[in-house]
Amino acid sequence: MRRFFRSRKSGFYAAVLGLLLMGYGIYRGEMSVVVEKAINICMECIGIG
Amino acid sequence: MDKKHNRNDWKRHKIQALWALLTNSYLIGFAQGKIYKGKLKNLCVPGLNCYSCPGALGACPIGAMQAVIGNWNFKFAFYVAGFLMFVGALAGRFVCGWLCPFGLIQDLLHKIPFPKKVKTFYGDKLLRKLKYVVLVVFVILLPMCLVDVLGQGAPYFCKLICPAGTLEGGLPLVLLNQSMRGALGWLYAWKNVLLIITIFLSVFIYRPFCKYICPLGAVYSVFNPISVFGYRVDKEKCIGCGACAKVCGMQVDPVKNANHPECIRCGACKKACPVKAIGTPMGWGLRKEEKVN
Repeated sequence: MRRFFRSRKSGFYAAVLGLLLMGYGIYRGEMSVVVEKAINICMECIGIG
Repeated sequence: MDKKHNRNDWKRHKIQALWALLTNSYLIGFAQGKIYKGKLKNLCVPGLNCYSCPGALGACPIGAMQAVIGNWNFKFAFYVAGFLMFVGALAGRFVCGWLCPFGLIQDLLHKIPFPKKVKTFYGDKLLRKLKYVVLVVFVILLPMCLVDVLGQGAPYFCKLICPAGTLEGGLPLVLLNQSMRGALGWLYAWKNVLLIITIFLSVFIYRPFCKYICPLGAVYSVFNPISVFGYRVDKEKCIGCGACAKVCGMQVDPVKNANHPECIRCGACKKACPVKAIGTPMGWGLRKEEKVN
C-alpha cells in the first residue's frame, strides 16, 4: 500500500478521479455559481463587502 | 553556484511572468476599472489569482470553492475540488513555483537586498501547519456553516485574509473607481495591513504567504508526494554535499524527501547539484537506468 502511494501510478489515478469529480460538479451545475461569482466584482475579495 | 542558481531563477521568473500576463491579459480592464465578464471565467486558473483583478481571464480556485460551498444549493464544490485534485495529482506544488502570480510577487520581493534574510526560526515547522487550518476553517467550514438567512455563506478567506485579492483586485479597482472609494471601511484597512505585512515579511523570509497561510498551497502539498511530476534523487550518484538543501528556499532537503509537501519544484536543487543526482521520474535530468531508483 505504501509503495502504491509512493509510486507515480497513484498520481495518475488521482488525476482521473479529479476529472470525474470535475465532470460531476459540472453536471450538478456548479460552474454557473463559479462564473456568476467571477464575472461580478467580489466585494469581499477586494475588502469592501 | 550562485550565478547558476540566479540564472535558473530568472528563467523561472520569466515563465511565471508570462503565465501571469496570459491569465491576466484583459488589459482594458485596468484602463476602465472593470473586470472581464466573458465565458473563460467558467474555468479556474491553477494559481492564486483573484477573479476581481481587472485583467483576470479565469476564476480563482479558492474563491470559486468558497462560492460553491457557500451556495445554499450545493454545499460542496465537486467541480473545483476535482480541478484541484487533477492539477495537484499531475503537478503538485509545481504550480506554486511556476504558475502562481502571487508566488512571483513574493519571489521578486525576496530579491530586495536585506541585511539578514531569515531562513528558519523557532516554531517555523509548526507555523507551516497553519495553512491547513486556514484551508479547513476559512475556505471550507465557515462558508459552509456560517450562513445568512438565505443559507448563503461568505467567502471568509477572501474577505478576511487574502492579500492577493487586495493587491490584484482591491487596490486597482478602488484606485480606478471613485464610487468604490466612498465605500471603504475597516475591512479594507485590515486587508491592506495584511498585505503590507506580507510584503514586508517577503523581503526577508522566502515566500511567507505560501509557507504559512496559502490554502491553495495546502491543497497541492497533499498531492506533492504522489504527483506525476516530481523529483527523484539518485542515491548512488549523491555525494551528500548538502548543496541542494542549502539552496532550497522552502528549507526542504531533497535527499531526505525529494517530494516533500513543502517543495515547490522551483528546480534550484536540481541546478545546484554538482553531480546531477536530482531528476524527475519521467527521466528529465536522469539517465534511463537511473529512473528505477
